[in-house]
Amino acid sequence: MRKRSIIPILYIAFLMLPIYWLVAMSFKTTQEILGGFSLFPRQWTLASYRTIFTDPTWYWGYINSISYVTINTVISVTVALPAAYAFSRYRFLGDKQLFFWLLTNRMAPAAVFALPFFQLYSAVGLFDTYWAVALAHCLFNIPLAVWILEGFMGGVPKELDETAFVDGYSFPRFFVRVFLPTIKAGVGVAAFFCFMFSWVELLLAKTLTAVYAKPIAATMTKTASSAGYELGLLAAAGTLTIIPGAIVIWFVRNYIAKGFALGRV
Amino acid sequence: MRKVNQKGWLFVLPVVILVAFNALIPMMTVVNYSVQETFGDNVFFWHGLGWFEDILRSDRFQAALGRQAFFTFLILIIEVPLGVIIALSMPRKGFWVPVCLVTMALPMLIPWNVVGAMWNIFTLPDIGLLGYFLNHVLGVSYDMTQNPTAAWVTIITMDVWHWTSLVVLLCYAGLVSIPDAYYQAAKIDGASNWAVFRYIQLPKMKQVLTIAVLLRFMDSFNVYTEPFVLTGGGPGNSTTLLSIDLVKIALGQFDLGPAAAMSLIYFAITLFASWLFYTLMTRHDVK
Repeated sequence: MRKRSIIPILYIAFLMLPIYWLVAMSFKTTQEILGGFSLFPRQWTLASYRTIFTDPTWYWGYINSISYVTINTVISVTVALPAAYAFSRYRFLGDKQLFFWLLTNRMAPAAVFALPFFQLYSAVGLFDTYWAVALAHCLFNIPLAVWILEGFMGGVPKELDETAFVDGYSFPRFFVRVFLPTIKAGVGVAAFFCFMFSWVELLLAKTLTAVYAKPIAATMTKTASSAGYELGLLAAAGTLTIIPGAIVIWFVRNYIAKGFALGRV
Repeated sequence: MRKVNQKGWLFVLPVVILVAFNALIPMMTVVNYSVQETFGDNVFFWHGLGWFEDILRSDRFQAALGRQAFFTFLILIIEVPLGVIIALSMPRKGFWVPVCLVTMALPMLIPWNVVGAMWNIFTLPDIGLLGYFLNHVLGVSYDMTQNPTAAWVTIITMDVWHWTSLVVLLCYAGLVSIPDAYYQAAKIDGASNWAVFRYIQLPKMKQVLTIAVLLRFMDSFNVYTEPFVLTGGGPGNSTTLLSIDLVKIALGQFDLGPAAAMSLIYFAITLFASWLFYTLMTRHDVK
């Protein structure tokens, strides 16, 4: 083992400590948590998890979150694909300005938009639906997806397009059959980032929902304040929010390593 | 060279429509509020640039902006060098690569309020792992809810925990794109480690590093959820960052005019600083 691998090991240990504490706490009884300090759960209990899986207000939170995140990821990547193609292959009036304008939306503080978003989505009758949150998250996910995909497409030689057209491919057929498979790592990375930023965002998701589409994160906030100090329950709910993210990273792990390098993200 | 083809507009149209719907309409609403005064009942009066003057002159805004700038400054000078160092010492191939990538990416995929709640549990003075360790093992008096310094150290540590991996992943991507031949050539020339870093690795990382600095700047300057959940802006106002103050005014007190003016000033600062960073960091590429 080389001497310098000590740095990543220390860093990963630092990253894992708070996560360990959250997971450990989710298996403790409320009594044990408030009773004092213990490094490992003395009395393992699944009570907190049982509450979450049997109480609809809890498990619907997860279903809601996953629903709008999925819708958002699909929309963002689908509309970003042709746009990124245009930015990487064509020159058109105002292309540079348009690209920069898209990126500026990544800079807008969500706090700025919270109130107007509420009014806008109430006005169009989408308030408290999955679509409201999914569309609102497009604000920062589409620019990001365009940016990432454009990087990947820039790495594909233009001869590929030209050869395909000479061979008699129509544009849509070329795009789906030839071009998409070549940049599938890029699509993976873009989808990963869209999933990530939609999954972790709370302010807009909370502002745009009330009952039927309430994200799990908002359910947690409410519990934290109303039910007093149910730390075990809160820890269990938190632990469960880590799982979808972990699954998604596991699927794209090879794309991340390769992907980042390929498409100068 | 890319072909001139106005058909490009057709391809970007869906993106433009979706983003414009989300960006322009709310932005117009904000602009609209920022120049009006209301006494309730949906009656509005023209107020000109009054709110902007009030906000820019108010001590409260200046203090919050100062705290926000200080936060972002600390984040950048800690996370960027740390991220580069970690990326440099990561393995380049083999079994440990995916393990490192997955564990390092994990904090970024945790919902932001869970991050806040997690650090809250982690730092509770008597029953949190860190809080207990500091108070009862090291004997340092540590209570985030009482001591502003402790609160600051905690929100900075939390952000380092949460986002350093972004810098690491981006830099790592830049590093693995360097062909082995470069290192072999450096070895033959007898280059020192520093020379390898300065003349081979740093130039290759420059592009991704620019993106990393920009993203970290934008996100840390706009940070809201994690510090809000962790400290609620306290103790007192010591960790009330600009975004926290803005939400307080907009959604808490429902002062639409001042909140809108403040939003626009906030956005303008972010935009200007991002542009400045971008221009400074890519200045040498143009020549």
